[in-house]
Amino acid sequence: MGLHIRRLILAGSAVVLLAGGAGAKTFRWANDGDSNSMDPYARQETFLLLFDQSFYEQLVRWDKDMKLEGALATEWSQTDPTTWRFKLRQGVKFHDGTPFTADDVVFSYDRATHPGSNVASPLATVKEVKKIDDYTVDFITDGPDPIMPNNLPTISIMSKKWCEEHNTTRAADLTKNEESYATRNENGTGPFILADRQPDVKTMLKKNPDWWGLKQWPIDFDDTVFNRIENASTRVSALLSGELDFLYTVPPQDTDRIEKTPGMKIWKTPELRTIFLGMDQSRDELLESNIKGKNPFKDKRVREAFTKAIDEDAIAAKVMRGYAHPTALMIGPGVNGYDPALDKRFPVDIAGAKKLLADAGYPDGFEVGFDCPNDRYVNDEAVCQAVVAMLARIGIKANLLAQTRAKYFGKINAPKYDTSFYLLGWTPGTQDALDTIKALVMTRRDKNGVFNIGGYSNPKLDDLAGQIQVELNQDKRNTLIAQALTMIKDDYAYIPLHQQIVVWASRDNVTVAPMGNNTFQLRYVTMK
Amino acid sequence: MLAFVIRRLMQSVLVMLTVALIAFALFNYVGDPINNMVGQDTTLQDREKLRQDLGLNDSFVVQFARFVGHAAQGNFGLSYQQARPVGQIILEKMPATLELSLTAAFLALLFGVPMGIYTGLRRESWGAQALLAVSLVGVSLPTFLIGILLILIFAVILGWLPSFGRGTVTHIGWWTTGFLTIDGWRAIILPAITLALFQMTLIMRLVRAEMIEVLRTDYIKFARARGLTSRAVNFGHALKNTLVPVMTITGLQLGSIIAFAVITETVFQWPGMGLMFIQAVTFADIPVMAAYLVLVGFFFVVINLVVDLLYYVVDPRLRVEREAAHG
Repeated sequence: MGLHIRRLILAGSAVVLLAGGAGAKTFRWANDGDSNSMDPYARQETFLLLFDQSFYEQLVRWDKDMKLEGALATEWSQTDPTTWRFKLRQGVKFHDGTPFTADDVVFSYDRATHPGSNVASPLATVKEVKKIDDYTVDFITDGPDPIMPNNLPTISIMSKKWCEEHNTTRAADLTKNEESYATRNENGTGPFILADRQPDVKTMLKKNPDWWGLKQWPIDFDDTVFNRIENASTRVSALLSGELDFLYTVPPQDTDRIEKTPGMKIWKTPELRTIFLGMDQSRDELLESNIKGKNPFKDKRVREAFTKAIDEDAIAAKVMRGYAHPTALMIGPGVNGYDPALDKRFPVDIAGAKKLLADAGYPDGFEVGFDCPNDRYVNDEAVCQAVVAMLARIGIKANLLAQTRAKYFGKINAPKYDTSFYLLGWTPGTQDALDTIKALVMTRRDKNGVFNIGGYSNPKLDDLAGQIQVELNQDKRNTLIAQALTMIKDDYAYIPLHQQIVVWASRDNVTVAPMGNNTFQLRYVTMK
Repeated sequence: MLAFVIRRLMQSVLVMLTVALIAFALFNYVGDPINNMVGQDTTLQDREKLRQDLGLNDSFVVQFARFVGHAAQGNFGLSYQQARPVGQIILEKMPATLELSLTAAFLALLFGVPMGIYTGLRRESWGAQALLAVSLVGVSLPTFLIGILLILIFAVILGWLPSFGRGTVTHIGWWTTGFLTIDGWRAIILPAITLALFQMTLIMRLVRAEMIEVLRTDYIKFARARGLTSRAVNFGHALKNTLVPVMTITGLQLGSIIAFAVITETVFQWPGMGLMFIQAVTFADIPVMAAYLVLVGFFFVVINLVVDLLYYVVDPRLRVEREAAHG
């Protein structure tokens, strides 16, 4: 009892201290989801990665203009077609004081590629990581890989010594039934140190006074409190009432209201994610259609008719309220390989689309099931409803099934591919067109075509992708990419809709750097 | 008496098993958690392997049996979403929900009972009519709308109270409380009112109806004829006799306050079990959902048991009848 009372008094005085320390400047922000783990290998998910990057750093990372910048590496180059050599930054210390060396890089590669880790796929082409000396490492690839460093911003560097001490040399394994130390603790090299963590509620980070990058990014606040606020109206209210300085996910319907409120600011930048429609082109008969015995989507004319019936400009203006960039390509501006000359949508042509359908043998159109998430992308369900209405104009009856993401992905993803027509979004993790081509367009085989849900298959494209993969000359490579993108477009393999616009909101004394991959980096934040 | 309690607790095990069985039958329909758990670049083989390892390919009967087997040993598994033990997550969230529910129930009783008495005694008065009319709002407006309105008025426009969260909490052992800081008290006001409003209306109307009913009975008339003061009649005789049904309803409502705090917790980002459950549903986090549903089933059984026991305390007739029956 006495102990309890003493603890209460202690806690009470701690509260007073916290409240009384008016000198400390705090940056308060919120998102609809929490970072589910402090372990940077726990999941390959935008928010988890960006949050954990507050305290963990990588060899290289994306700067605010989406260019690669050195973080824990100072320079890197390809010494031969299968070797990338990285020089490491000297004098960097982990938060527990251990110096950072090449051993930590080798260890991190090992941890990231073993079971329990969900960040192994960016390292798929890496065969081995070799320590040359304390501040030099070689990444050996299993073939020429001209864009290997583009994969590294996902891979945070962890301390070998710390992981061994806390028995967490393997990332958390859900099937093992035990919590890993790294799930709730961190030991990175980054600008912030984890001070207090209440999962799903709030997380407090303190500025790391010994961070090597303070000269370049002088962080002008002392700590930061992150809150999870799931309900959109509550989140906006908390910003407007002054309880928050920054909102990471802004509900589109509230953007105008925030912008018009004095003292508030909206930040925008085009996102690299492309939203598109896909069609089942592999089955001989569609799963959900009134056409039996054949698959209309195997006919290029049908795909062309669908493409020409959809008025993306209307979707961008009305459904997305202007927060979208209509696209003709499967990649957006900012992704390597993007060519504005190719990014011209086919004009809307209802009469032409009807004629194409009639030529293909469907003068009265047909019925088809249409799968759509309702909580994954900005206004996803509303976009799908607009598509249904537009397709109705050419006699296509799309039966919309919009559902929550867990249900939606469970239905359309491998192994079932249980869909005939669907809406999906894709961000190339490497900021390079090859990522999109590999995941969405190449024939489903091994590591290729994992998200080629419609089963599109074109041997010529597969060939071209194979060449892109190993071409080391950047100009030649981009020519090949342009050829591939044109081929996808002319074959109507997919119906690209738009790239979303990243929308963030803050109080007007705050500056942030909106990035195309929707990554929020605390080091760019300033508070006047 | 002890046998009665033990029998009821045994029944609760049955209730929880049934709840778990139904829950697992429904989990087939919540979707695939795998996609939420891995990155977009994860290969098909890795996805399939994880699905296999987690036992998601087994039939619901097998999954149910495994859950019960582990639960019997006090192991509810790891949350898919957080990779932390489910039991630990629930223990972290429970204090928030219980503090909010009990505060709301207390508010509902504190205001509901006197308002019920007043409207029952002064049926025709202007004040009673106004209270009844306003209380209609309490039952007819959906909870989330009331919550949003309160946030808009008291947080955004007036800036008096926080719009989300629980404020600063103090740890007492594994329990966390918001009652020891001003911050915590400020944070609980809006959600507690939101959650209490419906219950308050219900209690008020119930007390009113019971009062009117009792005031018509003969013994009240005799009491008045004896020349007792109105005060003695109204509070000493009438009110006491209205309390049995009020207690039953309040008890049952406490269960639903805990179970249905979900919406209030979502609107105010109150870090309790309801919010945890909603998050688990969107993520298809089966271990968390299963444990939560079973726990709520258990709460209902326990609250019913407590209400039954309170009957004995409050109503002397029950004790007599039961003893007579046994005797």
